[in-house]
Amino acid sequence: MSKVLMKGNEAIGEAAIAAGCRYFFGYPITPQSELPEYLARRFPEVGGVYLQAESEVAAINMVYGAAATGARVLTSSSSPGISLKQEGISYAAGSELPCLIVNIMRGGPGLGGIQPAQSDYFQATKGGGHGDYKVIVLAPASVQELADMVGTGFDLADKYRNPAMILGDGFLGQMMEPVDFEGIKKSEIAEKTWAVGCKKGRERNVHTSLYLDPEELEKHNIKLAQKYELIAENETMAQEYLTEDAEIVVVAYGLVARICKAAVEKARAEGIRAGVFRPITLWPFPQKVLRKATAAARGVLAVEMSMGQMVEDVRLYLEGRLPVRFYGRAGGMAPTTQAVYEEIKKISLECRGVE
Amino acid sequence: MGVVFERPKALTEEKFSYCPGCHHGIIHRLVAEVIDELGIIDNTVCVSSVGCSVVNYQFFATDAIQAAHGRAPAAATGVKRASPDSIVFTYQGDGDLAAMGTAEIIHAAARNENITVVFVNNAIYGMTGGQMAPTTLKGQKTTTSPYGRDSKREGNPIRVCELLNSLDGPAYLERVSVHDPKHVIRAKKAIKKAFQLQVKGGGFSLVEVLSACPTNWHLSPLAAIEWVKQELMAYYPLGVFREAGEVDGEC
Repeated sequence: MSKVLMKGNEAIGEAAIAAGCRYFFGYPITPQSELPEYLARRFPEVGGVYLQAESEVAAINMVYGAAATGARVLTSSSSPGISLKQEGISYAAGSELPCLIVNIMRGGPGLGGIQPAQSDYFQATKGGGHGDYKVIVLAPASVQELADMVGTGFDLADKYRNPAMILGDGFLGQMMEPVDFEGIKKSEIAEKTWAVGCKKGRERNVHTSLYLDPEELEKHNIKLAQKYELIAENETMAQEYLTEDAEIVVVAYGLVARICKAAVEKARAEGIRAGVFRPITLWPFPQKVLRKATAAARGVLAVEMSMGQMVEDVRLYLEGRLPVRFYGRAGGMAPTTQAVYEEIKKISLECRGVE
Repeated sequence: MGVVFERPKALTEEKFSYCPGCHHGIIHRLVAEVIDELGIIDNTVCVSSVGCSVVNYQFFATDAIQAAHGRAPAAATGVKRASPDSIVFTYQGDGDLAAMGTAEIIHAAARNENITVVFVNNAIYGMTGGQMAPTTLKGQKTTTSPYGRDSKREGNPIRVCELLNSLDGPAYLERVSVHDPKHVIRAKKAIKKAFQLQVKGGGFSLVEVLSACPTNWHLSPLAAIEWVKQELMAYYPLGVFREAGEVDGEC
């Protein structure tokens, strides 16, 4: 298949089909509505089930039910709707039911706005709902990567029996880029012997997140924590650009990393050795790679479309070894190449001033 | 001598966690007998809700999932859509279904989702210790309506069958009671009809079962049965509210 020009939101839908997903439960919200619209059109052609729920709350609970049958199941929303899904995500994590959730972020808090933002980083990576749990969070930076990560997200969710989330922003959902679905396939996955539905010839399967005995619940929490450690050990992904000799490393995820790349090129042209570190998995955060990528650095700049969320993790994982500056725009405003370049230049001057 | 009475296969050997005089045990048994009689134990999925029956996945010997408070009809929708050959039922109390899960039950009914809902209405929150439910009667004292439910202050009770009957969607709606043997037999007929309807792909069925909660009503089991007859049935009349199409109803 050759490349086709597609909107990010629609590419998610086509990628889901390629990855063997046939169940979608959702609710319209800007700026992700093209995805449910696309699947409402496409799923009937491939024998899939598309259902518009009465709310995001209902949608995620439909996902919970469908996931329990062993189905590959998708839901999507944008920030305020993702807040509503948190209850169900916590239950899915607690019951260890795999599913893929797409958040095409817009500005908040509250109803906020409908323009792109990255202000749900905390919610996505630190739990979001109640209880000790983690969601695998993927942050693509192009429409192609967005499509590819639908397959990756489903595979990781199935592999670890855990919810996975694609954390994109409104730009990524709305913009058009060439995309190829050739590489997206349903991977070989172990038979889901735990699925409910037809128990002929086997013991019954039960999925619950309820453990009334505190000793049992603690055991369950420890088991989940061990799983999260395993994921953190094995599944981090990151991309580096000119970090090898970089004295200033810009850390950014998603589309913002592409803006930062242009700013870094501009800085390089002026003799400032800058590079970009882009975490692709936000949880687990690629902390070891970050430390390696900043080995030659004298300063770090975190850039986000928020008032500063990921920057806290960057500081945490660098353990105070380097000064970490932050530059952010919020509410649907995006950092410009020029603005990021100026921030790089400022840090460069400060670093040299120290000498 | 042949066996004349035994535990239905669709019930496990787990002891019920319910209080003396509570009607959940009777209702569980009726559901289990129906599952046995229809021969659907191997493809039935129970969707447990939140309330006294929260752990009923320990009692029904079928596949099961436990759903968040009020969300059982949505979770059941997910199971049924992804596994249409499964027979999916929710078992929900009045707090779960008529307060937290009002949106989910209305929309599952409106979609005529091919699932069965067993709705247990005892006009009070049992598990959390006797607080006011959406179905608590006017004047009824609970821990959160200690002066008696005043409709000016706490609003009015919700009649779920009547509410759902305003929708085009649902295929079968009936309210029953289990306060005496005659009504138990009728209740079983209704539950069987509801499951049979689903087996035939007939759409959404809900059986509302009036049920006693002696513990939180602060009544003896016998007085609680009297209260079901005198008070609950007066506000929540028994009967078939909706019946679409013909269903074999032999019991």
